[in-house]
Amino acid sequence: TPLRSTCAQGYVAYTRASLQMETFDEPPKTGTTIVACVYDGGVVLGADTRVSTGIYVSNRASDKMTVLADSTVMCRSGSAADTEAVAKIVRYHVEQIGMERDSPLDVKTVAQISNQINYQNKSANHGAGLGAYMIIGGWDSNKGSQVYSCTAGGNMISTRWTTDGSGSTYIWGFMDDGFRENMTREECEAFVTAAITLAMSTDSSSGGCVRLNTVNAEGIHRKFVKPGELSPAYGELAMTARHGHVGASGGMVL
Amino acid sequence: RGVAAPPPARTMIPTRVTHNPIIGPGVVPMGVDPAYDAQYAKHGAPTRHVASHGNGRPFVVEPATPNTNTQMPYVTGTTVLGMKYKGGVMIACDTLASYGSTKRYKSIDRVKVVNSTTIIGFTGELSDFDYTMTLLNELSTTDFCEDDGKELSPMEIHSYLTRVMYNRRNKFDPLWNSLVVAGVKNGRIFLGMVGMIGQHYEDSHIAAGFGNHVARPLFREKHSDDMSEEDARTLMESCLKACVMRDKSMMNKFQIAKVEEGKAPEISEPFSVATEWNLRSYHNPTEFAPGCW
Repeated sequence: TPLRSTCAQGYVAYTRASLQMETFDEPPKTGTTIVACVYDGGVVLGADTRVSTGIYVSNRASDKMTVLADSTVMCRSGSAADTEAVAKIVRYHVEQIGMERDSPLDVKTVAQISNQINYQNKSANHGAGLGAYMIIGGWDSNKGSQVYSCTAGGNMISTRWTTDGSGSTYIWGFMDDGFRENMTREECEAFVTAAITLAMSTDSSSGGCVRLNTVNAEGIHRKFVKPGELSPAYGELAMTARHGHVGASGGMVL
Repeated sequence: RGVAAPPPARTMIPTRVTHNPIIGPGVVPMGVDPAYDAQYAKHGAPTRHVASHGNGRPFVVEPATPNTNTQMPYVTGTTVLGMKYKGGVMIACDTLASYGSTKRYKSIDRVKVVNSTTIIGFTGELSDFDYTMTLLNELSTTDFCEDDGKELSPMEIHSYLTRVMYNRRNKFDPLWNSLVVAGVKNGRIFLGMVGMIGQHYEDSHIAAGFGNHVARPLFREKHSDDMSEEDARTLMESCLKACVMRDKSMMNKFQIAKVEEGKAPEISEPFSVATEWNLRSYHNPTEFAPGCW
Protein backbone atom coordinates (compact mmCIF):
# COMPACT_ATOMS: atom_id res chain seq x y z
CA THR A 1 0.00 0.00 0.00
CA PRO A 2 1.67 3.26 -1.01
CA LEU A 3 2.28 5.71 1.73
CA ARG A 4 0.72 9.04 0.88
CA SER A 5 2.34 12.05 2.42
CA THR A 6 0.64 13.33 5.52
CA CYS A 7 -0.51 16.89 5.61
CA ALA A 8 0.66 18.28 8.89
CA GLN A 9 -2.83 19.18 10.01
CA GLY A 10 -3.61 15.58 10.52
CA TYR A 11 -4.94 13.86 7.41
CA VAL A 12 -3.41 10.45 7.82
CA ALA A 13 -2.29 7.87 5.31
CA TYR A 14 -3.32 4.25 5.82
CA THR A 15 -0.66 1.58 5.88
CA ARG A 16 -0.75 -2.03 6.92
CA ALA A 17 1.20 -1.36 10.06
CA SER A 18 -0.74 1.71 10.98
CA LEU A 19 -3.55 1.52 13.46
CA GLN A 20 -5.42 4.40 11.81
CA MET A 21 -8.72 3.81 10.08
CA GLU A 22 -8.85 6.57 7.48
CA THR A 23 -8.55 5.35 3.92
CA PHE A 24 -7.73 7.02 0.63
CA ASP A 25 -11.34 7.12 -0.47
CA GLU A 26 -12.55 9.37 2.29
CA PRO A 27 -12.52 13.12 1.81
CA PRO A 28 -9.55 14.72 3.54
CA LYS A 29 -11.14 15.60 6.84
CA THR A 30 -8.41 17.15 8.82
CA GLY A 31 -7.38 16.69 12.39
CA THR A 32 -9.12 19.62 13.94
CA THR A 33 -12.34 21.00 15.32
CA ILE A 34 -13.38 24.52 14.42
CA VAL A 35 -16.61 26.21 15.45
CA ALA A 36 -18.20 29.59 14.91
CA CYS A 37 -21.44 30.92 16.37
CA VAL A 38 -23.19 34.31 16.35
CA TYR A 39 -24.55 35.97 19.45
CA ASP A 40 -26.28 39.23 20.20
CA GLY A 41 -23.64 41.76 19.19
CA GLY A 42 -20.85 39.61 17.81
CA VAL A 43 -19.42 36.25 16.84
CA VAL A 44 -17.48 33.67 18.79
CA LEU A 45 -15.03 31.55 16.83
CA GLY A 46 -13.26 28.62 18.44
CA ALA A 47 -10.76 25.93 17.58
CA ASP A 48 -8.79 23.19 19.27
CA THR A 49 -4.99 23.30 19.24
CA ARG A 50 -3.85 19.88 18.10
CA VAL A 51 -1.81 19.24 14.96
CA SER A 52 -0.83 15.63 14.42
CA THR A 53 1.34 13.67 12.00
CA GLY A 54 0.30 10.05 12.19
CA ILE A 55 -0.14 9.24 15.84
CA TYR A 56 2.27 11.90 17.02
CA VAL A 57 1.03 15.29 18.11
CA SER A 58 3.50 17.55 16.41
CA ASN A 59 2.04 20.78 17.76
CA ARG A 60 -0.15 20.66 20.87
CA ALA A 61 -0.77 24.41 21.11
CA SER A 62 -1.25 25.59 17.57
CA ASP A 63 -3.36 28.58 16.59
CA LYS A 64 -5.82 27.63 13.88
CA MET A 65 -7.48 30.99 13.62
CA THR A 66 -6.10 33.79 11.49
CA VAL A 67 -7.08 37.41 11.58
CA LEU A 68 -8.02 38.59 8.10
CA ALA A 69 -9.21 42.08 8.90
CA ASP A 70 -9.91 44.19 11.97
CA SER A 71 -13.33 42.66 12.32
CA THR A 72 -13.00 39.31 10.58
CA VAL A 73 -11.36 36.07 11.68
CA MET A 74 -10.89 32.87 9.71
CA CYS A 75 -10.86 29.39 11.24
CA ARG A 76 -8.82 26.99 9.17
CA SER A 77 -9.17 23.29 8.50
CA GLY A 78 -8.19 21.11 5.60
CA SER A 79 -4.86 21.54 3.94
CA ALA A 80 -2.68 23.71 6.13
CA ALA A 81 -0.73 24.98 3.16
CA ASP A 82 -3.81 25.90 1.16
CA THR A 83 -5.51 27.76 4.00
CA GLU A 84 -2.31 29.61 4.78
CA ALA A 85 -1.96 30.66 1.16
CA VAL A 86 -5.58 31.76 0.95
CA ALA A 87 -5.27 33.76 4.17
CA LYS A 88 -2.16 35.47 2.88
CA ILE A 89 -3.81 36.49 -0.37
CA VAL A 90 -6.99 37.61 1.38
CA ARG A 91 -5.03 39.79 3.79
CA TYR A 92 -3.27 41.40 0.86
CA HIS A 93 -6.55 42.19 -0.87
CA VAL A 94 -8.09 43.43 2.35
CA GLU A 95 -5.26 45.89 2.79
CA GLN A 96 -5.44 47.11 -0.80
CA ILE A 97 -9.18 47.54 -0.92
CA GLY A 98 -9.20 49.04 2.54
CA MET A 99 -6.81 51.71 1.40
CA GLU A 100 -8.83 52.46 -1.72
CA ARG A 101 -12.10 52.66 0.13
CA ASP A 102 -10.63 54.30 3.17
CA SER A 103 -12.91 52.26 5.40
CA PRO A 104 -12.76 48.77 6.85
CA LEU A 105 -14.19 45.97 4.77
CA ASP A 106 -17.42 44.23 5.56
CA VAL A 107 -17.22 40.66 6.76
CA LYS A 108 -19.09 39.46 3.70
CA THR A 109 -16.62 41.15 1.39
CA VAL A 110 -13.71 39.43 3.07
CA ALA A 111 -15.54 36.12 2.93
CA GLN A 112 -16.27 36.65 -0.75
CA ILE A 113 -12.58 37.19 -1.50
CA SER A 114 -11.68 33.93 0.23
CA ASN A 115 -14.48 32.14 -1.51
CA GLN A 116 -13.48 33.38 -4.93
CA ILE A 117 -9.96 32.13 -4.40
CA ASN A 118 -11.39 28.69 -3.63
CA TYR A 119 -13.79 28.81 -6.55
CA GLN A 120 -11.41 30.09 -9.18
CA ASN A 121 -8.77 27.51 -8.35
CA LYS A 122 -10.79 24.38 -8.89
CA SER A 123 -8.15 23.10 -11.29
CA ALA A 124 -5.43 23.15 -8.65
CA ASN A 125 -4.06 19.86 -7.35
CA HIS A 126 -4.95 18.00 -10.55
CA GLY A 127 -8.59 18.96 -10.38
CA ALA A 128 -9.03 18.34 -6.70
CA GLY A 129 -9.02 22.05 -6.02
CA LEU A 130 -7.68 23.80 -2.99
CA GLY A 131 -8.38 21.72 0.08
CA ALA A 132 -9.30 24.77 2.09
CA TYR A 133 -12.21 24.35 4.47
CA MET A 134 -12.64 27.66 6.22
CA ILE A 135 -15.07 29.35 8.54
CA ILE A 136 -15.08 33.12 8.37
CA GLY A 137 -16.81 35.11 11.03
CA GLY A 138 -16.97 38.69 12.14
CA TRP A 139 -18.99 41.71 13.05
CA ASP A 140 -19.65 44.87 11.05
CA SER A 141 -22.07 47.76 11.35
CA ASN A 142 -23.73 46.84 8.08
CA LYS A 143 -25.01 43.33 8.77
CA GLY A 144 -24.00 42.78 12.37
CA SER A 145 -22.66 39.38 13.36
CA GLN A 146 -22.09 36.95 10.53
CA VAL A 147 -20.67 33.47 10.02
CA TYR A 148 -19.77 32.17 6.58
CA SER A 149 -18.90 28.57 5.86
CA CYS A 150 -16.44 28.65 2.97
CA THR A 151 -15.78 25.08 2.04
CA ALA A 152 -13.42 23.79 -0.60
CA GLY A 153 -14.79 24.04 -4.11
CA GLY A 154 -15.98 27.57 -3.65
CA ASN A 155 -19.15 27.29 -1.61
CA MET A 156 -19.93 30.19 0.63
CA ILE A 157 -22.95 29.79 2.85
CA SER A 158 -24.09 32.19 5.49
CA THR A 159 -25.27 30.50 8.65
CA ARG A 160 -25.87 31.38 12.28
CA TRP A 161 -23.36 28.79 13.44
CA THR A 162 -21.21 26.13 11.86
CA THR A 163 -18.45 23.65 12.55
CA ASP A 164 -15.82 21.89 10.47
CA GLY A 165 -12.86 19.55 10.73
CA SER A 166 -12.70 15.92 11.77
CA GLY A 167 -14.08 16.63 15.24
CA SER A 168 -17.11 18.40 13.87
CA THR A 169 -18.82 15.09 13.10
CA TYR A 170 -19.30 14.51 16.81
CA ILE A 171 -20.94 17.84 17.65
CA TRP A 172 -23.44 18.58 14.91
CA GLY A 173 -26.21 17.20 17.08
CA PHE A 174 -25.00 18.98 20.17
CA MET A 175 -24.88 22.32 18.40
CA ASP A 176 -28.20 21.79 16.64
CA ASP A 177 -29.74 21.21 20.02
CA GLY A 178 -27.93 23.92 21.96
CA PHE A 179 -28.00 26.91 19.66
CA ARG A 180 -30.34 29.77 20.54
CA GLU A 181 -30.75 33.18 18.94
CA ASN A 182 -29.58 36.26 20.81
CA MET A 183 -27.31 34.58 23.30
CA THR A 184 -25.12 36.79 25.41
CA ARG A 185 -21.38 36.82 24.88
CA GLU A 186 -20.74 34.64 27.94
CA GLU A 187 -23.38 32.11 26.91
CA CYS A 188 -22.00 31.91 23.42
CA GLU A 189 -18.41 31.48 24.58
CA ALA A 190 -19.53 28.75 26.97
CA PHE A 191 -21.48 27.08 24.17
CA VAL A 192 -18.56 27.10 21.76
CA THR A 193 -16.16 25.92 24.46
CA ALA A 194 -18.51 23.09 25.41
CA ALA A 195 -18.84 22.03 21.79
CA ILE A 196 -15.11 21.94 21.22
CA THR A 197 -14.53 20.14 24.50
CA LEU A 198 -17.00 17.45 23.46
CA ALA A 199 -15.36 17.11 20.08
CA MET A 200 -11.91 16.85 21.66
CA SER A 201 -13.09 14.16 24.03
CA THR A 202 -14.21 11.90 21.18
CA ASP A 203 -11.96 12.78 18.27
CA SER A 204 -8.37 11.75 18.76
CA SER A 205 -7.24 14.16 16.04
CA SER A 206 -8.54 17.10 18.08
CA GLY A 207 -7.24 18.00 21.48
CA GLY A 208 -5.16 20.28 23.64
CA CYS A 209 -6.54 23.66 24.55
CA VAL A 210 -9.45 25.70 23.24
CA ARG A 211 -8.74 29.01 21.60
CA LEU A 212 -11.56 31.51 21.30
CA ASN A 213 -11.74 34.66 19.25
CA THR A 214 -14.71 36.88 20.04
CA VAL A 215 -15.40 39.59 17.47
CA ASN A 216 -17.69 42.46 18.31
CA ALA A 217 -17.90 46.21 17.78
CA GLU A 218 -14.86 46.74 20.00
CA GLY A 219 -12.70 44.42 17.96
CA ILE A 220 -11.21 40.96 18.39
CA HIS A 221 -10.74 39.49 21.85
CA ARG A 222 -8.60 36.39 22.25
CA LYS A 223 -8.92 33.74 24.89
CA PHE A 224 -6.83 30.68 25.62
CA VAL A 225 -8.64 28.00 27.63
CA LYS A 226 -6.35 25.31 29.01
CA PRO A 227 -7.52 21.71 29.58
CA GLY A 228 -7.55 22.14 33.36
CA GLU A 229 -10.27 24.76 32.93
CA LEU A 230 -12.50 22.53 30.81
CA SER A 231 -15.00 20.27 32.48
CA PRO A 232 -14.41 16.57 31.81
CA ALA A 233 -16.74 14.72 29.48
CA TYR A 234 -18.43 11.44 30.29
CA GLY A 235 -15.86 8.78 31.09
CA GLU A 236 -13.08 11.30 31.63
CA LEU A 237 -11.51 12.65 34.79
CA ALA A 238 -10.92 16.23 35.82
CA MET A 239 -7.32 16.91 35.04
CA THR A 240 -6.09 18.02 38.41
CA ALA A 241 -7.07 14.85 40.25
CA ARG A 242 -3.99 12.90 41.29
CA HIS A 243 -4.17 9.44 42.73
CA GLY A 244 -1.96 8.25 45.50
CA HIS A 245 1.11 10.20 46.43
CA VAL A 246 2.38 13.23 44.63
CA GLY A 247 6.07 13.22 43.84
CA ALA A 248 7.97 16.16 45.25
CA SER A 249 8.82 17.26 41.74
CA GLY A 250 5.14 17.69 40.98
CA GLY A 251 5.29 14.89 38.46
CA MET A 252 8.08 15.94 36.15
CA VAL A 253 11.40 14.44 37.17
CA LEU A 254 13.48 15.62 34.28
CA ARG B 1 -9.70 -38.32 -11.46
CA GLY B 2 -6.43 -36.59 -10.72
CA VAL B 3 -8.32 -33.51 -9.61
CA ALA B 4 -8.16 -32.70 -5.92
CA ALA B 5 -11.49 -32.91 -4.16
CA PRO B 6 -12.99 -29.53 -3.32
CA PRO B 7 -12.04 -28.34 0.12
CA PRO B 8 -14.69 -28.90 2.77
CA ALA B 9 -16.86 -25.90 3.48
CA ARG B 10 -15.47 -23.89 6.35
CA THR B 11 -17.98 -23.81 9.12
CA MET B 12 -18.98 -20.49 10.56
CA ILE B 13 -19.80 -21.94 13.93
CA PRO B 14 -16.87 -21.40 16.26
CA THR B 15 -15.29 -24.68 17.21
CA ARG B 16 -13.53 -25.58 20.34
CA VAL B 17 -9.91 -26.61 19.93
CA THR B 18 -7.85 -28.40 22.49
CA HIS B 19 -5.62 -26.16 24.45
CA ASN B 20 -2.01 -27.13 24.92
CA PRO B 21 -0.57 -25.33 27.95
CA ILE B 22 2.91 -25.33 26.47
CA ILE B 23 2.40 -23.97 23.00
CA GLY B 24 -1.13 -22.81 22.87
CA PRO B 25 -4.46 -23.66 21.32
CA GLY B 26 -5.02 -25.42 18.06
CA VAL B 27 -1.39 -26.37 17.60
CA VAL B 28 -0.43 -30.02 17.54
CA PRO B 29 2.96 -30.86 19.03
CA MET B 30 5.09 -33.29 17.03
CA GLY B 31 4.83 -36.92 17.94
CA VAL B 32 1.38 -36.68 19.35
CA ASP B 33 -0.62 -37.59 16.26
CA PRO B 34 1.24 -39.73 13.68
CA ALA B 35 -1.40 -39.29 10.98
CA TYR B 36 -1.09 -35.54 11.35
CA ASP B 37 2.70 -35.61 11.28
CA ALA B 38 2.76 -37.84 8.21
CA GLN B 39 1.46 -35.14 5.93
CA TYR B 40 4.55 -33.09 6.59
CA ALA B 41 6.97 -35.97 6.03
CA LYS B 42 7.79 -34.91 2.49
CA HIS B 43 8.42 -31.27 3.44
CA GLY B 44 6.06 -30.18 0.75
CA ALA B 45 2.71 -28.48 1.04
CA PRO B 46 -0.04 -31.05 1.61
CA THR B 47 -2.80 -30.98 -0.95
CA ARG B 48 -5.38 -32.17 1.49
CA HIS B 49 -5.05 -31.15 5.07
CA VAL B 50 -5.59 -33.80 7.70
CA ALA B 51 -7.08 -32.51 10.87
CA SER B 52 -5.60 -33.95 14.00
CA HIS B 53 -8.16 -36.04 15.79
CA GLY B 54 -8.70 -35.28 19.42
CA ASN B 55 -5.83 -32.82 19.58
CA GLY B 56 -7.43 -29.80 18.09
CA ARG B 57 -7.19 -28.39 14.62
CA PRO B 58 -4.83 -25.74 13.35
CA PHE B 59 -6.22 -22.38 12.36
CA VAL B 60 -5.52 -22.67 8.66
CA VAL B 61 -8.22 -24.60 6.85
CA GLU B 62 -6.78 -25.49 3.47
CA PRO B 63 -3.54 -24.48 1.82
CA ALA B 64 -5.30 -24.83 -1.51
CA THR B 65 -7.27 -21.73 -0.74
CA PRO B 66 -4.61 -19.30 0.39
CA ASN B 67 -5.45 -17.68 3.64
CA THR B 68 -5.19 -13.94 4.01
CA ASN B 69 -6.40 -13.58 7.50
CA THR B 70 -4.00 -10.86 8.43
CA GLN B 71 -6.47 -8.38 9.69
CA MET B 72 -6.86 -4.76 10.39
CA PRO B 73 -7.53 -3.78 13.98
CA TYR B 74 -10.84 -2.19 14.91
CA VAL B 75 -10.91 -1.30 18.59
CA THR B 76 -7.43 -0.58 19.82
CA GLY B 77 -5.56 0.35 22.95
CA THR B 78 -2.50 2.52 22.84
CA THR B 79 0.74 2.31 24.77
CA VAL B 80 1.57 0.31 27.88
CA LEU B 81 4.55 1.12 30.09
CA GLY B 82 6.24 -1.17 32.57
CA MET B 83 9.17 -0.93 34.92
CA LYS B 84 10.80 -2.83 37.73
CA TYR B 85 11.52 -1.29 41.07
CA LYS B 86 12.89 -2.48 44.39
CA GLY B 87 10.83 -5.49 45.33
CA GLY B 88 8.31 -5.37 42.53
CA VAL B 89 7.22 -4.36 39.09
CA MET B 90 4.57 -1.95 37.84
CA ILE B 91 2.62 -1.50 34.63
CA ALA B 92 0.78 1.65 33.59
CA CYS B 93 -1.61 2.41 30.78
CA ASP B 94 -4.59 4.61 30.01
CA THR B 95 -8.17 3.37 29.99
CA LEU B 96 -9.07 4.28 26.43
CA ALA B 97 -10.03 1.98 23.56
CA SER B 98 -10.12 3.82 20.26
CA TYR B 99 -12.30 2.96 17.28
CA GLY B 100 -10.12 4.25 14.51
CA SER B 101 -9.67 7.90 15.25
CA THR B 102 -12.70 8.00 17.53
CA LYS B 103 -12.03 7.84 21.25
CA ARG B 104 -14.88 5.51 21.83
CA TYR B 105 -14.59 3.53 25.08
CA LYS B 106 -13.13 5.46 27.95
CA SER B 107 -13.23 3.02 30.85
CA ILE B 108 -11.51 -0.09 29.56
CA ASP B 109 -9.20 -2.14 31.75
CA ARG B 110 -6.12 -2.57 29.63
CA VAL B 111 -4.14 -4.18 32.38
CA LYS B 112 -5.48 -7.36 33.96
CA VAL B 113 -4.53 -9.79 36.67
CA VAL B 114 -3.65 -13.26 35.40
CA ASN B 115 -3.00 -15.09 38.65
CA SER B 116 -1.62 -14.28 42.07
CA THR B 117 1.84 -13.50 40.74
CA THR B 118 1.30 -12.03 37.28
CA ILE B 119 -0.28 -9.08 35.52
CA ILE B 120 -0.57 -8.40 31.82
CA GLY B 121 -1.24 -5.29 29.74
CA PHE B 122 -1.93 -4.93 26.06
CA THR B 123 -1.74 -2.60 23.14
CA GLY B 124 -3.58 -3.23 19.89
CA GLU B 125 -6.85 -4.95 19.18
CA LEU B 126 -9.12 -5.33 22.20
CA SER B 127 -10.92 -8.46 21.01
CA ASP B 128 -7.66 -10.32 20.50
CA PHE B 129 -6.63 -9.44 24.05
CA ASP B 130 -9.96 -10.67 25.39
CA TYR B 131 -9.29 -13.91 23.55
CA THR B 132 -5.81 -14.11 25.07
CA MET B 133 -7.33 -13.59 28.51
CA THR B 134 -9.71 -16.48 27.79
CA LEU B 135 -6.72 -18.70 27.07
CA LEU B 136 -4.94 -17.57 30.22
CA ASN B 137 -8.07 -18.09 32.28
CA GLU B 138 -8.30 -21.63 30.95
CA LEU B 139 -4.76 -22.27 32.05
CA SER B 140 -5.46 -20.81 35.48
CA THR B 141 -8.58 -22.95 35.78
CA THR B 142 -6.59 -26.06 34.92
CA ASP B 143 -4.06 -25.10 37.57
CA PHE B 144 -6.84 -24.66 40.09
CA CYS B 145 -8.36 -28.01 39.28
CA GLU B 146 -5.07 -29.79 39.70
CA ASP B 147 -5.09 -28.44 43.23
CA ASP B 148 -1.40 -28.89 43.88
CA GLY B 149 -0.76 -25.37 45.06
CA LYS B 150 1.28 -24.60 41.94
CA GLU B 151 0.49 -21.79 39.56
CA LEU B 152 2.08 -20.66 36.35
CA SER B 153 4.93 -18.26 36.94
CA PRO B 154 5.28 -14.99 35.03
CA MET B 155 8.11 -16.45 32.96
CA GLU B 156 6.00 -19.44 31.99
CA ILE B 157 3.12 -17.24 30.98
CA HIS B 158 5.45 -15.08 28.92
CA SER B 159 6.89 -18.14 27.23
CA TYR B 160 3.44 -19.56 26.55
CA LEU B 161 2.21 -16.30 25.05
CA THR B 162 5.30 -16.13 22.85
CA ARG B 163 4.39 -19.51 21.42
CA VAL B 164 0.78 -18.52 20.91
CA MET B 165 1.67 -15.28 19.13
CA TYR B 166 4.32 -16.86 17.00
CA ASN B 167 2.16 -19.78 15.96
CA ARG B 168 -0.67 -17.46 15.02
CA ARG B 169 1.75 -15.35 13.01
CA ASN B 170 2.86 -18.46 11.15
CA LYS B 171 -0.72 -19.11 10.16
CA PHE B 172 -1.00 -15.55 8.82
CA ASP B 173 -3.66 -14.96 11.44
CA PRO B 174 -1.97 -12.86 14.09
CA LEU B 175 -3.33 -11.69 17.37
CA TRP B 176 -2.97 -7.99 16.82
CA ASN B 177 -1.42 -7.17 20.18
CA SER B 178 1.76 -6.31 21.95
CA LEU B 179 1.52 -7.78 25.43
CA VAL B 180 3.46 -6.68 28.48
CA VAL B 181 3.79 -9.44 31.09
CA ALA B 182 4.98 -8.64 34.58
CA GLY B 183 5.18 -10.47 37.87
CA VAL B 184 7.17 -11.57 40.87
CA LYS B 185 7.64 -15.16 41.96
CA ASN B 186 10.18 -16.73 44.27
CA GLY B 187 12.15 -13.54 44.42
CA ARG B 188 12.50 -13.33 40.64
CA ILE B 189 11.06 -10.08 39.32
CA PHE B 190 9.96 -10.51 35.74
CA LEU B 191 9.03 -7.95 33.09
CA GLY B 192 8.75 -8.91 29.44
CA MET B 193 7.01 -8.15 26.19
CA VAL B 194 5.56 -10.27 23.39
CA GLY B 195 4.69 -8.72 20.04
CA MET B 196 2.24 -9.75 17.36
CA ILE B 197 4.82 -11.56 15.28
CA GLY B 198 6.21 -13.44 18.23
CA GLN B 199 9.10 -11.11 18.97
CA HIS B 200 9.75 -11.15 22.69
CA TYR B 201 12.23 -9.87 25.20
CA GLU B 202 12.73 -9.08 28.86
CA ASP B 203 14.09 -5.88 30.29
CA SER B 204 14.08 -3.66 33.37
CA HIS B 205 11.71 -1.28 31.69
CA ILE B 206 9.36 -2.03 28.83
CA ALA B 207 7.00 -0.11 26.63
CA ALA B 208 4.57 -1.34 24.01
CA GLY B 209 3.46 1.03 21.28
CA PHE B 210 4.10 4.75 21.28
CA GLY B 211 5.73 4.64 24.70
CA ASN B 212 8.77 3.11 23.04
CA HIS B 213 9.53 6.47 21.49
CA VAL B 214 8.57 8.78 24.31
CA ALA B 215 8.82 6.91 27.58
CA ARG B 216 11.77 4.58 27.16
CA PRO B 217 14.35 7.37 26.72
CA LEU B 218 13.02 8.83 29.98
CA PHE B 219 13.30 5.43 31.61
CA ARG B 220 16.87 5.08 30.42
CA GLU B 221 17.75 8.41 32.02
CA LYS B 222 16.22 7.85 35.40
CA HIS B 223 15.41 4.22 35.98
CA SER B 224 17.31 1.88 38.22
CA ASP B 225 16.28 -1.56 39.40
CA ASP B 226 16.44 -0.59 43.06
CA MET B 227 14.32 2.52 42.88
CA SER B 228 11.87 2.93 45.70
CA GLU B 229 8.24 2.48 44.84
CA GLU B 230 7.60 6.17 45.34
CA ASP B 231 10.34 7.18 42.91
CA ALA B 232 9.20 4.60 40.44
CA ARG B 233 5.67 5.90 40.68
CA THR B 234 6.83 9.47 40.12
CA LEU B 235 8.89 8.44 37.10
CA MET B 236 5.97 6.48 35.73
CA GLU B 237 3.63 9.44 36.09
CA SER B 238 6.16 11.69 34.35
CA CYS B 239 6.30 9.30 31.45
CA LEU B 240 2.52 9.05 31.28
CA LYS B 241 2.37 12.83 31.23
CA ALA B 242 4.88 12.98 28.40
CA CYS B 243 3.01 10.32 26.45
CA VAL B 244 -0.47 11.79 26.84
CA MET B 245 0.61 15.18 25.58
CA ARG B 246 2.10 13.71 22.41
CA ASP B 247 0.04 10.62 21.61
CA LYS B 248 -3.23 11.53 19.98
CA SER B 249 -4.94 8.25 20.78
CA MET B 250 -4.37 8.50 24.50
CA MET B 251 -6.50 10.03 27.21
CA ASN B 252 -5.61 11.51 30.57
CA LYS B 253 -6.99 8.69 32.67
CA PHE B 254 -4.61 5.99 33.83
CA GLN B 255 -4.34 2.87 35.88
CA ILE B 256 -1.17 1.58 37.45
CA ALA B 257 -0.90 -2.07 38.39
CA LYS B 258 1.84 -3.44 40.57
CA VAL B 259 3.03 -6.82 41.82
CA GLU B 260 5.28 -7.44 44.79
CA GLU B 261 6.59 -10.64 46.29
CA GLY B 262 4.02 -12.37 48.42
CA LYS B 263 1.29 -9.80 47.86
CA ALA B 264 -1.69 -10.00 45.55
CA PRO B 265 -1.42 -7.88 42.42
CA GLU B 266 -3.10 -4.47 42.77
CA ILE B 267 -4.64 -2.34 40.08
CA SER B 268 -5.23 1.26 41.09
CA GLU B 269 -8.35 3.32 40.60
CA PRO B 270 -8.21 5.54 37.53
CA PHE B 271 -6.36 8.81 38.02
CA SER B 272 -5.20 11.70 35.86
CA VAL B 273 -1.92 13.59 35.72
CA ALA B 274 -1.40 17.32 35.58
CA THR B 275 -0.20 18.36 32.13
CA GLU B 276 1.52 21.63 31.43
CA TRP B 277 -0.04 24.16 29.05
CA ASN B 278 0.85 27.53 30.48
CA LEU B 279 4.03 28.10 28.52
CA ARG B 280 4.38 31.71 27.44
CA SER B 281 4.83 30.87 23.79
CA TYR B 282 1.59 28.96 23.77
CA HIS B 283 -0.57 32.00 24.39
CA ASN B 284 0.09 33.73 21.09
CA PRO B 285 2.19 31.46 18.89
CA THR B 286 1.45 33.21 15.60
CA GLU B 287 1.96 36.73 16.90
CA PHE B 288 4.85 37.47 14.55
CA ALA B 289 3.78 35.17 11.74
CA PRO B 290 0.10 35.58 10.98
CA GLY B 291 -1.18 32.72 8.89
CA CYS B 292 1.10 30.24 10.59
CA TRP B 293 -0.26 27.62 12.91
